[in-house]
Amino acid sequence: MEFIQTLLANELIVAVLLSLLPLVFIIIYALVVLYTEMKVAAHIQDRVAYMRTGWHGLLQPIADMLKLLQKEDIIPDKADKFLFRLAPIIAFVGTYAAYAVLPFSSIFIGSDINLGAFFLIAIGSLVVVGILMAGWASNNKWSLFGGVRAAAQMISYEIPTALAVVIVVMITGTLNLQEVTIFQDGGIGNWIVFGGPLPWLQKLMLMPFTIITLFILFVSSIAEVNRTPFDLVEAESELVQGFNTEYSGMRFAMFYLSEYANLFTVSALGVALFLGGWSSPFGSFMSGPVWGIFWFVAKAYVFVLIQIWIRWTLPRLRVDQLVYVSWKVLTPWLFVCLLAVGLILVL
Amino acid sequence: MLQPPTLPTDYTVKQGHIKTSTGKTIRTEEMIINMGPQHPSTHGVLRLEIVVDGEIIVDCIPHIGYLHRCFEKHCEHMTNYQQVIPYADRMDYCSAMTSEWAFALAAERMLKIEVPERVEYIRVIMAELQRIASHLIAAGTYGIDSGAFTPFLYTFIDREKILDLFEMTCGARLLYNYIWIGGLSHDLPPKFIEQAQEFVKYFRPRIKMLNDLLSYNEIFVKRTANVGVLPKDVAVNYAVSGPQLRGSGVNWDLRRDDPYSVYHKLEWEPQVGKGEMGTVGDCWDRHIVRMREMEQSLNIIEQALAGLPEGNVKAAIPKRIRPEKDAEIYVRTESSRGELGYYIVSDGTASPFRVKARGPAFVNLSVLPEIVKGAMIADLVLIAGSIDIVLGEVDR
Amino acid sequence: MTPQEIFKVLKAKFSDALIEPTISAAGGSASVGYAMQLWIQIAPDRLKEICLFLRDNNAMQFDYLSCLSGMDYSNGTFGVVYHLASIVHKHKIILKTFCTKDNIHVQSVSAVWGTANWHEREAFDLFGIIFDEHPDLRRILMPDDWEGHPLRKDYKVQEFYHGIKVPY
Repeated sequence: MEFIQTLLANELIVAVLLSLLPLVFIIIYALVVLYTEMKVAAHIQDRVAYMRTGWHGLLQPIADMLKLLQKEDIIPDKADKFLFRLAPIIAFVGTYAAYAVLPFSSIFIGSDINLGAFFLIAIGSLVVVGILMAGWASNNKWSLFGGVRAAAQMISYEIPTALAVVIVVMITGTLNLQEVTIFQDGGIGNWIVFGGPLPWLQKLMLMPFTIITLFILFVSSIAEVNRTPFDLVEAESELVQGFNTEYSGMRFAMFYLSEYANLFTVSALGVALFLGGWSSPFGSFMSGPVWGIFWFVAKAYVFVLIQIWIRWTLPRLRVDQLVYVSWKVLTPWLFVCLLAVGLILVL
Repeated sequence: MLQPPTLPTDYTVKQGHIKTSTGKTIRTEEMIINMGPQHPSTHGVLRLEIVVDGEIIVDCIPHIGYLHRCFEKHCEHMTNYQQVIPYADRMDYCSAMTSEWAFALAAERMLKIEVPERVEYIRVIMAELQRIASHLIAAGTYGIDSGAFTPFLYTFIDREKILDLFEMTCGARLLYNYIWIGGLSHDLPPKFIEQAQEFVKYFRPRIKMLNDLLSYNEIFVKRTANVGVLPKDVAVNYAVSGPQLRGSGVNWDLRRDDPYSVYHKLEWEPQVGKGEMGTVGDCWDRHIVRMREMEQSLNIIEQALAGLPEGNVKAAIPKRIRPEKDAEIYVRTESSRGELGYYIVSDGTASPFRVKARGPAFVNLSVLPEIVKGAMIADLVLIAGSIDIVLGEVDR
Repeated sequence: MTPQEIFKVLKAKFSDALIEPTISAAGGSASVGYAMQLWIQIAPDRLKEICLFLRDNNAMQFDYLSCLSGMDYSNGTFGVVYHLASIVHKHKIILKTFCTKDNIHVQSVSAVWGTANWHEREAFDLFGIIFDEHPDLRRILMPDDWEGHPLRKDYKVQEFYHGIKVPY
């Protein structure tokens, strides 16, 4: 921050440049995860994908991006033009704003606010508004279905996410994601999923509950990003493409990008809260500000890989079963964990 | 502008009012949605007009005819009964061998031709291989309908091996023109028997893998059990046949109950749905009946390969096909989808006077409006998928 | 039960509805183990009660309507052929009714077997046979605004359909 400030003696330009850094990260990351998803899907399905553009298809994501950029921008005749144009922007803004509080490294966090986790969950709701807008503005009954289902789904799954965050907050005492990560610094034993840097007895008692909480956070994060088994919002076999049906070209690319960015955000949330964020699992070996970025991205990427793996294996749930899972299965379990963690911490 | 067809009667959507706890009234209305001819999951060009109340389906009206290719009119203008066989292929294009066989059987009975035993055994082997291939498509696409994209790829790997066998024999992978009236177009090539035996050995564990991946998956069971229940008496009244009828608990299989060819010499069992995961006659039952039928087909193929007699497959093919005047016959066979029947009427000339093809998919689809009432839209996709229609047969 | 026995029972109960006093054979003789298929001719306006009897009678129980085909005999006569089967007793029977082009009405059996609904719609669509008391008689395979009935022997295809030239 200070280094760049010495180059350009203007705080405003510096701030703008730094806020564009996550955008660069998102774009590069989207290309990588696009390639990963297609290749992992192909190998699960016993076929190879993308062998022609570049060595084993490495240049394919760039080709996809170029294709989407140069497509014709079609807006349906009777669609609500203003909302139609606004929807992808709002969805992307909701996802992008969350990157302000992700602790990429010990020296780089966009905005070191004391309400980090709370802000992340709150701003994620903006994506719901964007999707609902897209479903309505398309003037297409199938898109409307997709939008309405999305609203029901994402609202239901914010409860388990928030409860999981509350459990971590009880252990660490702060909502600031940077401080949560510093709390877990010092090797794999200090990660909250294994109980946090607390005395042995408390750790042992906490461990089952934190592992369950991590698992539930993982499940509800899959639901937040609308991926199988919770992808009835864009269920290809029923709703053609859900709220996405009428979108093409750059607008579709923005939805697509925001879906992948959201994927990283929720994985990163889980990593920052439970798996130690940017701290190295080996304590002081391989740790430092630059290593921090590597660890953070690598851990989140493992979560992303697991989500891709699940997507290509399981069928999808129906909307009422999905809401049932959220309200009647995940939330009661989290209440149990909440009670247990609270009790253990008091004792 | 082409006007799309509308609902049959003067249908007016029901409107209602809901009173909220604050005293305001919200106006509600049913919605008419089109699951139109172009849709990723209607398995072809089928238009379903659905009246929904939220997500619950109140009524469903299927509109068919988008793939009508005037098979019956074409038959009247053929100059030879053998020329109908390629057209019969193209009706049920996912199960062409069984379509051809039904027509050839009808013509042979009308002309009182007796085919050599080798021909019968080869026809049985081909039909059972075709049944497996067709059920693999059904299972794979059913997985896609429910969101699991991977089983589809696995079933198609297995299906490729069957299509290799067919290509080896008659040169075609999908539409064969193989089963002729009075015999077959080609005899089995030298390597067929060992390759078929290899396939049987290879495929048996794959069925178990497919069941583990899809049929017994908790989410899949939750989506399909107790959904789209077709009661026994409704099924019989609507003349449903094939795996759909057996899934509802009716033990009726034309290979055993109206026997033709050499099925009575082979040991196998028709599979019946028992309601293991829900009610008898739900979507899961139909799906598992198909999976189990594939196993039975493997048994039949094994036995037929072992007992294959020698002979000339073209010995009984007639030079001229000219049935007697006013001869008519209705023959029904068990194709992959159910009872495929041909009603042929002859007027003494070389072309048929009237051919009526009773497609099982046409009849099985007619029961759809009865079983979707009260289900959700997500269920509609699965129910339509469990009926396993092929639009070529529905529309002919 | 053989077709002759079924015919005897029907004649005893509905003698005025059966047009001819004998079963008409389809010509030729039986051989090779498959008996030629014998059919019973019924008056077109008494179909429903006979079919109800055939479906509900305990000895017959024809609960399965295999096939319902429209026919154009190209001499001004139209007909409908019913192939019935029984899952319980495993026997089959064929019924036929005939009507003329001027009075092309046949009673519908869709109240007896649900499957007759679509089959009769198809016969109406392709032949123009009107089924009385059918709940929803409209075209099924051809577009709703098509002119003519394609499977008739004297059918001439229309020149234009919505501006598209039809004859290929």
